[in-house]
Amino acid sequence: MSVEPPTAEALVAPELPHLADPRTAAAVELVWREAHLLDRKQYHAWDRLWAPDGRYVIPIDPETEDFESTLNMVYDDDRMRRMRIERLTSGHSISVAAAARTVRTLSRFVVQHHDDATLTLSSAQVLVGHRREQTFVLGADVTHRVRLDGPEPLIQEKVIRLVNSEDAVNASGFLL
Amino acid sequence: MTASTEPAPAGSPSGPDIATLVQEDRVDISLYTDPELFELEMDRIFNRTWVWVAHESEIPNAGDFRTSMVGRQPVIVTRDRRGGINVLLNRCRHRGASLCEAPRGNANGFTCPYHAWSYALDGKLRGIPYPDGYEDVLEKKDFPLHRLKVDSYAGMIFASFNPDVEPLADFLGPARHWMDLFMKQGAGFPVKVQGEHKFRFNGNWKIQLENTTDGYHFPIVHRSWMSSVDSETAEMLSFMTDEKAVTHSLGNGHSVMVMVPEHVDLDEDDGTEQLQGRFGHIVEELSRDYEPAQVRRIVRSMHGAGFNLNLFPNVAMSMAFFRVLRPLSATETEIRHMALGLDGGPEIVNRERLRIHEHFQGPFGFGSPDDSEAWDRVQRGAAAGPGVPIMVNRGLSREQDDSKGRVAHATDETGMREAYAMWKAMMTDVR
Ligand code: FES
Ligand SMILES: [Fe+2]
Repeated sequence: MSVEPPTAEALVAPELPHLADPRTAAAVELVWREAHLLDRKQYHAWDRLWAPDGRYVIPIDPETEDFESTLNMVYDDDRMRRMRIERLTSGHSISVAAAARTVRTLSRFVVQHHDDATLTLSSAQVLVGHRREQTFVLGADVTHRVRLDGPEPLIQEKVIRLVNSEDAVNASGFLL
Repeated sequence: MTASTEPAPAGSPSGPDIATLVQEDRVDISLYTDPELFELEMDRIFNRTWVWVAHESEIPNAGDFRTSMVGRQPVIVTRDRRGGINVLLNRCRHRGASLCEAPRGNANGFTCPYHAWSYALDGKLRGIPYPDGYEDVLEKKDFPLHRLKVDSYAGMIFASFNPDVEPLADFLGPARHWMDLFMKQGAGFPVKVQGEHKFRFNGNWKIQLENTTDGYHFPIVHRSWMSSVDSETAEMLSFMTDEKAVTHSLGNGHSVMVMVPEHVDLDEDDGTEQLQGRFGHIVEELSRDYEPAQVRRIVRSMHGAGFNLNLFPNVAMSMAFFRVLRPLSATETEIRHMALGLDGGPEIVNRERLRIHEHFQGPFGFGSPDDSEAWDRVQRGAAAGPGVPIMVNRGLSREQDDSKGRVAHATDETGMREAYAMWKAMMTDVR
């Protein structure tokens, strides 16, 4: 067998920070704080975790990176995310009033990329919800791009790829 | 009309019994809850009439296919080498395995995963492995995939299990005019499907069927969406007291609700309408490549046609999207909302249309979840008071005859009465 040249990923991997690295730890902590706020539906506090020009995406197409020209479930810039929060907190939506109670965990963290300013962290999310006599599970691959160059870590981009994104995803009054 | 091949199941409601369930101004709650009625609906409605299966833009090229449903039966919609459209039961003629589980794609044909019988795009059985066991037993020409009757209008493909079904043009009747009007939102480009949201709710399919021409719920259920859009869009959809916002019954269960009267025929433009400020950047970009009149035409069509056209029993052409319903059981329904764009049209326009769709539709949209919650609540309420009817009498006293049917205000329940009249006609026609 010939020796394959190392892939770009393999070359980078040894230099990647591990959980002990303070930058990774800060990003993980941010992701966990975010999960806590979303489970508690504290959406205004959640909004403060976002960096300016943040992008919040729940795509349908499991492969696409071109969210702009495909149909998504969520594709929010700052303005749309704030309107979403307004809707979720206005008291004028019957689905929000009836939203499931949720508990979610994110783990299986892998550092995908880092540079001086940002760190990209992928994780698995398992969310268990309960609403009107029914308990359900939603699984997703999640990617956070976290800005680390300010006084506190902030979310620059969050992409949630639901395992059932191309199948029926039921309407919900909560956020992923 | 043909003789039914099978008698009505024993113990099922006979014609006259069913007839009592639907009156002009009310329907019995069992229409939402009774599993036996649901079985009869599959038999007498979905297995008998024209059911929408796909839009032609989903299968533009030879070999393109998409899977779909006719009632509870899975089908494959294909474009064959000669350009013909086929709707085939998704079931191998050997021992019944499903042939295709991909939602869409392109193929030369379909090979069964079990023993590899292979079929052409038009359903012909082409190959059988190790054929010696079938000598003098089976002729390939006798075992094609089951084909449904197919026809299309304005790119909308319908199929029927009933070989004697009336011509599609007759079934659609005056709705065809509205289908033509709907497609004008292409503004000179063909309309194409750009993607779809799919969700389920715990309720009967007719709850959704009713909703397409339910103008009455709009400012109430969609209050949070209304307050999130710009004032011009909110104003455009403020039809509650607009006398020109009307619902027409169109026969055969079809109806249309006009919400934006000035956008019924998008070719008609008296020039007084101010283009929405939110599209300013799009106007600017389009103006580099298009004449001002064409720019105006495209931007006026951004929110789609000014009406919801409800085609009995399973599809609606709703402003800028298609709504497709799939009955799963008496108490569960799957909905698809298919986003539309301009085939070959400006990318900036198609993207904006995707964003508009995402804003309202889908499981995290600002509109659909609230609809879904309302429908869930109808089904939950239906468990109470079996003798208490569902009322569809709004606007009965102000409903007028017009040349094609009845017309009343867009908030009236004219469309529902039309759908239930068709339901009753089909369900009591035991043939
Ligand atoms: S079941 Fe399809 S080839 Fe046997
Ligand atoms: Fe609605």
